[in-house]
Amino acid sequence: MRGIGKFISSKWLVVYAVAYMLFLYAPVILLPLFAFNDATIVAFPLSGFTTKWFDLLWTTDALHGAVRNSAFVALSTATISTLLGACAARSAANYSFPGQKGVMGFIMLPLVLPEIIVAVALLVMLMQLGMSLSLWTVIAGHVLICTPFSIAILSSAFAGMESSLEEASLDLGETRWGTFRRVTLPLIMPGVISSLLITFTISLDEFIISFFLTGTDVTLPVYIWSQLRFPSKLPSVMALGTILLAVSVALLIVAEVFRRRATRRQGMDAGSTQGLV
Amino acid sequence: MPRLSQESRQGLTLLSPTLAYALVMLAAPLAMVVMFSFWTQDYLDLDKTFTLANYREAWTQPIFQVLMWRSLKISLIVTTTTVILAFPIAYYLSFHVRSRKALWLFLITVPFWTSYLLRVFLWKVILGYNGVLNSALMNLGIIDEPLTFILYNANAVVLTLAHAWAPFAILPIFIALEKIDRSLLEAAEDLGDGPLRRFWRITLPLAMPGVVAATLIVLIPTVGDYITPKLVGGTDGLMVANMIQIQFGKANNAPLGAALAVSSMIVVATISIGIYFAGKKFGGKVK
Repeated sequence: MRGIGKFISSKWLVVYAVAYMLFLYAPVILLPLFAFNDATIVAFPLSGFTTKWFDLLWTTDALHGAVRNSAFVALSTATISTLLGACAARSAANYSFPGQKGVMGFIMLPLVLPEIIVAVALLVMLMQLGMSLSLWTVIAGHVLICTPFSIAILSSAFAGMESSLEEASLDLGETRWGTFRRVTLPLIMPGVISSLLITFTISLDEFIISFFLTGTDVTLPVYIWSQLRFPSKLPSVMALGTILLAVSVALLIVAEVFRRRATRRQGMDAGSTQGLV
Repeated sequence: MPRLSQESRQGLTLLSPTLAYALVMLAAPLAMVVMFSFWTQDYLDLDKTFTLANYREAWTQPIFQVLMWRSLKISLIVTTTTVILAFPIAYYLSFHVRSRKALWLFLITVPFWTSYLLRVFLWKVILGYNGVLNSALMNLGIIDEPLTFILYNANAVVLTLAHAWAPFAILPIFIALEKIDRSLLEAAEDLGDGPLRRFWRITLPLAMPGVVAATLIVLIPTVGDYITPKLVGGTDGLMVANMIQIQFGKANNAPLGAALAVSSMIVVATISIGIYFAGKKFGGKVK
């Protein structure tokens, strides 16, 4: 009896899980579907295959500027937040001091703070200091929200590292810098790459902070926001979205591969939860 | 001041760049927002005399009350739906999927690394008057006229947010379920508990930390969401973040915007603390 009950419930769970995944993917599937659709209106039935919306993107200069700005912002953000994240993650993994929990909690705060609060707070400060808005102010905001993600990823990298390897290296006469370069860095490298990729992706997609803190140079999401008002631009926005989706997924797969290599290299169980939260 | 051990000092030194950044870019700006909320602004002139006028306005003006209530109501509905819908998925992953857990988790997170802006916008495309859903249903002959109740109202905001925050609810619950010692479940079964009783008395209380985390992770940011109400909410679906943006932008009344921001953070923090303690009371130990 119990066996039958268990069988039924697990079957329903599978059905539910599949339905749920369809719900999760429904909007995303529409992107490529309508990006290649030969009609200005985004509606069924589909009218035919075309690549003209993609061709249109190659000739839009404003878009190219936005892409360059976004690439600059995302690269800078990824580098700075991974450096800051590495310091904090190392400190959290290998040292303890009074008040550590509170301090780390404070640094991780942007993870749960609504982005509009972060954006408004930075805007108020910049206004008070009389600083002008530029891509650098956007980077400042992005680093703030990306650092917690970097800390989460690198913490598991540091936690999985045998500190005895570093001690051995020091005992054998390596300098601190040499130990870092030849022992520590190679061991945490997959974590570092995974952190760089994830923070890059977050920065690339972030809208609210860019919207508030950008000056005359717009980032890609701010550009897209300005295009959403024009119904005739819809198909090319779908095409652009398709490209962004492909890039994000590619970056994520690479990040995931490196993360798994990191856990394997450290001889840990390929923990399915680490690095995702 | 107590002398710190060498280890403590090293740890603090290592943390100092990150901490300094957070102090300058987070603590200082937040403090400034609080200060701003006690000032007044007349066009470009800032009057720095202390006043509670902004808070009086933020808490008594009907428009702000309506927006605050609506934001809270929407985000509570979103949070409840998202967490309830996410629980079975997390349960399925933790208890029924054996070898491909990482792949499932990866598949769940992938759609959420695409631009948030585009995802919200896609819901607008789906739900619109001449949108994907209406055109599909009309093509299939299920409806004769486009449905209008699905876009530009609070329902659309709830649906879109529930979709956008799904993985943030699944992951913490999944982690809590993974941590449950499976022998406890066997023990309950051996001692005569049926599946339902076992779930209610053991699985759910032990999963509670994850449920509470999921609730807070979804609740706090959704109260302050800007894009979703703006794109799919219409006028009946606008929320407090939209008003904050208006005050900082068009209305040119940053102090009032600051007071609204601080007020909504206080309200959200109070509710969050309540949820945290309620969760602690219910979960954690096996009854």
